[in-house]
Amino acid sequence: MSAVINSEKIPNNVDLASDRKLGRALEAWQPRFLDWWREMGPEGFQEDLVYLRTAVSVDTDGWAHFDYTKMPDYRWGIFLTDRVSDRRIGFGDLMGEPVWQTVPGEHRNALRRLIVTQGDTEPASVEQQRRLGLVCPSAYDLRNLFQVNVEEGRHLWAMVYLLHAHFGKDGREEAEGLLERRSGNSDKPRILGAFNEPCNHWLSFYMFTYFTDRDGKYQLLALSESGFDPLARTTKFMLTEEAHHMFVGETGVGRILERTCELMRKNPSEDARAEGGIDLPTIQKYVNLWYSVSLDLFGGEISSNAASYFAAGLKGRAHEDRYPDHMALEQSLTLDVPGQGLELVKQDVALRNAMNEVLRGEYVEDSQRGLDRWNKILEKAGQSFRLRLPSTRFHRAGGIYAGHHFDPEGRPVTREEWERRSGEWLPTEADEAFVRSLMQTPIYEPGKMAHWIAPPAKGIKGMPIDFEYVKRQA
Amino acid sequence: MAASDKDTPAPIVRFDTEPSRYRHWQLTTEGPLARLAMKVDDAAPFRPGYALKLNSYDLGVDIELADAVTRLRFEHPEVRCVVVTSAVPSCFCAGANIYMLGSSSHDFKVNFCKFTNETRLALEEAGDRSGQRYVAALNGVASGGGYELALACHAIYLQDDGSSAVSFPETPLLAVLPGTGGLTRLVDKRKVRRDLADVFSTLAEGVRGKRAKDWGLVDEVFPKSRFDDEVKKRALALAEALPGKEGPGVKLPPVAVERRDEGGKSSAEYRHVSVVVDRHKRVAELTLRGPSDEPAPSPAAFRERGVDNWAFALFRELDAALLDLRFNFPEVGLIVVRTVGDPERVRAHDRALLALAETDWLAREVVLHMARVLKRFELSARSIFATLEPGSCFAGSLFEVALLADRSYMLDAEGGPRIGLSPANFGPLRMANGLTRLETRFLATPARVAALAGETELLDAAGAAERGLVTFTPDDIDWEDDVRIAIEERASLSPDALTGMEANLRFAGPETMETKIFARLSAWQNWIFQRPNATGPRGALTMYGRPERPEFDWRRT
Repeated sequence: MSAVINSEKIPNNVDLASDRKLGRALEAWQPRFLDWWREMGPEGFQEDLVYLRTAVSVDTDGWAHFDYTKMPDYRWGIFLTDRVSDRRIGFGDLMGEPVWQTVPGEHRNALRRLIVTQGDTEPASVEQQRRLGLVCPSAYDLRNLFQVNVEEGRHLWAMVYLLHAHFGKDGREEAEGLLERRSGNSDKPRILGAFNEPCNHWLSFYMFTYFTDRDGKYQLLALSESGFDPLARTTKFMLTEEAHHMFVGETGVGRILERTCELMRKNPSEDARAEGGIDLPTIQKYVNLWYSVSLDLFGGEISSNAASYFAAGLKGRAHEDRYPDHMALEQSLTLDVPGQGLELVKQDVALRNAMNEVLRGEYVEDSQRGLDRWNKILEKAGQSFRLRLPSTRFHRAGGIYAGHHFDPEGRPVTREEWERRSGEWLPTEADEAFVRSLMQTPIYEPGKMAHWIAPPAKGIKGMPIDFEYVKRQA
Repeated sequence: MAASDKDTPAPIVRFDTEPSRYRHWQLTTEGPLARLAMKVDDAAPFRPGYALKLNSYDLGVDIELADAVTRLRFEHPEVRCVVVTSAVPSCFCAGANIYMLGSSSHDFKVNFCKFTNETRLALEEAGDRSGQRYVAALNGVASGGGYELALACHAIYLQDDGSSAVSFPETPLLAVLPGTGGLTRLVDKRKVRRDLADVFSTLAEGVRGKRAKDWGLVDEVFPKSRFDDEVKKRALALAEALPGKEGPGVKLPPVAVERRDEGGKSSAEYRHVSVVVDRHKRVAELTLRGPSDEPAPSPAAFRERGVDNWAFALFRELDAALLDLRFNFPEVGLIVVRTVGDPERVRAHDRALLALAETDWLAREVVLHMARVLKRFELSARSIFATLEPGSCFAGSLFEVALLADRSYMLDAEGGPRIGLSPANFGPLRMANGLTRLETRFLATPARVAALAGETELLDAAGAAERGLVTFTPDDIDWEDDVRIAIEERASLSPDALTGMEANLRFAGPETMETKIFARLSAWQNWIFQRPNATGPRGALTMYGRPERPEFDWRRT
């Protein structure tokens, strides 16, 4: 039943037509969203026909409907996974009680903050990526970029729906705020640091979709455990879309690696840069950068907020049902905490206070899996170089390691050593300039690839690689 | 709480510091502006056991602030506007450190709050009376005590960056109240509408940007890119509207003291003040010595003497002695004050100082300082008895000490003590209620105050008693027993009941923002701090930062 999309204007499965208050709020917000999209969405492609996946229902086949669409006409809608009858809170102090269909007053502010923080990341990434189309490596990649962009836009819708439906006037104001902040603008920055980092070339884009969108995956997994049922159901549906974003990142970096190895073979001294490719050490630096800024998104290692979110049943662990114990009261987690000078000391932290770290730990494992697949590409190409995830202490701006310096192995280093050596570990301005220099002209011709990247293994939805994924109207 | 009282013996508290020793503040001056930037060293808490994250403060941080506020008045007369801001990115100040509060003994907490309140009032007074205005430049989140510090400033500017906010998370997060006058200043000083104040005070995340301005929580908001410039522009405008003062300032050296600890007695010997604490009897004997010299004959000589001017020196020492008693001798319940010296000389110093204060900023600052120290004295939660004996000099400014005492004993004997009034008793040394101590004493008969203004002669015990200026006048036969018994009796009563009783009786007359702040701190904040909902085993303050959620006893009183 609920799988039916019942409105042309705002596709949804939340029976928007019969909720006049919510309908009015969203109809008022929609034009502002479209203004934002035109101003801050992909620059220069608004009139083009893009071969996009649109959700038309939450069924297995309905949520992935492919067709040509102009991005501003994309059917941004509101979809929740179906309600599970008699769902119970699965963790924390209220474990076993029925989940909430409306916001409990006691947790209103905390839930609003969680939703706004999550919601803010969605338009932020669209803003970060808005000029990438102008230097795209292929029509295939251009289409993937836009797919990611429109879905981030839809995720914004999902969060705005929750704000409008459950948080009254405050919620509407917060929804407007989501359209007012701007990534990288120091006067009205996006809430989280990584979403103000510039993402102005495709290597960063792939790294972003691999590492930063993966943070999104884990945040959504944790929120999909929430005792606030509408949030749980919304985020569960968002997860289906997030998987594609990480696919874009993983295959994007994989294709660069493939191409780099090819170019190295061509060159007598295996110099990929000399052949117009991106050399492996530079790729490693971008891994270091995007992985570390994404780790910050999980919040402090020791966090009273994390403890109270868990205790109150607002935010659980990813796949909470896989844990044997859902109270998390008895255990603790041992952390290496900066002590005097350059030493690290062990500190036991009550598990609930370490929930951010628990989620981060899962993320680290998940990140490693893709890295292993990248290294397979290197291995197959006969390269001995291997990509590595730096230590979770490396280059952190938040949490207990912020303000201290560590090398990629996690060894404490002095500030002086950090300043001397950080250029070996993180992209320098010269690296940025070099990577950008490879991406000066866009490639729109179907099937053609930029020099520095290999073609994908296959096209989208069974279409050939040289399919016209974007019909330029210019 | 009981456990922590035992687990963490309070370290000795010393208040002497100076800018080169600051660990938590950066003080710089540039022409008429000073910048006081908070950058709390989280690894340098006042005692071990907690880290001062997010520019949160403890007593060590506030001692430096108090020092800076005092030094700016005396050492930097050229400064007319002080910008209080943060040198920590995206965080102005998170208020008093919660883990410090959670692990402190009750008496320490109360004294900590009292001291921080006195500093904020001093900062506020510097703007109103000393031509040195404070403005708060909130370049990050200002929560709890952080916002209260801003509220004590003349103007509050908030950075509008989507995340900088002002907030009072105490009630929703910790089940306590803001402890440095925040609620009172919100509605009494800034006159924020009470319904909006109610919403604000229950909203843990606080209020940002335009709404903060619309609600009157801040004066202006500026985007980050213009913030520093706009604040500076306004600070300069404020400075230019205030009259300049002729420099140079007067350097404040540390207050010299010699301490001894022997035979159950601890003593602190200053130049003009001595304190002897009998730990067993829980009584402190405080002796104040009158001037041994003539008043400075000219403004230049006064400037030359600087901190060695008798009144300035004595009141600086008295201030140090009072803070020492408050923090390091919590079990002393009674302070017995004596004076030694020539009452006429005290009056001569008073007259000279007050005459000079009409034109000279330094003399005016000394008078304001004396007034603050006297207020600190009567705000101390200790019983105060004054004993007026032969050779004493309870006159003028020192008679204020007899007036602030809960009672006074004056020996009635041949060649006995004499008291005297001076202009110091009729205006410059007002209490927190805005009245002089004489006006407060004679609330029922204001005419008597006017009549006393005409008294130029010194008065003996009979004369003093007749005019209602002392409590008891035993003769030399009764004296010793009467005074001894009174002291012993007082020391035997419940310290809590006495604290409350004295606070009720000392501050008769009108309420001011200042009296409200201290009264509500004592009555509400301190009460709530003691209640199980805050500090019981499942109270919100106890549970803060712990994995479990608090549990409340839902009964309202």
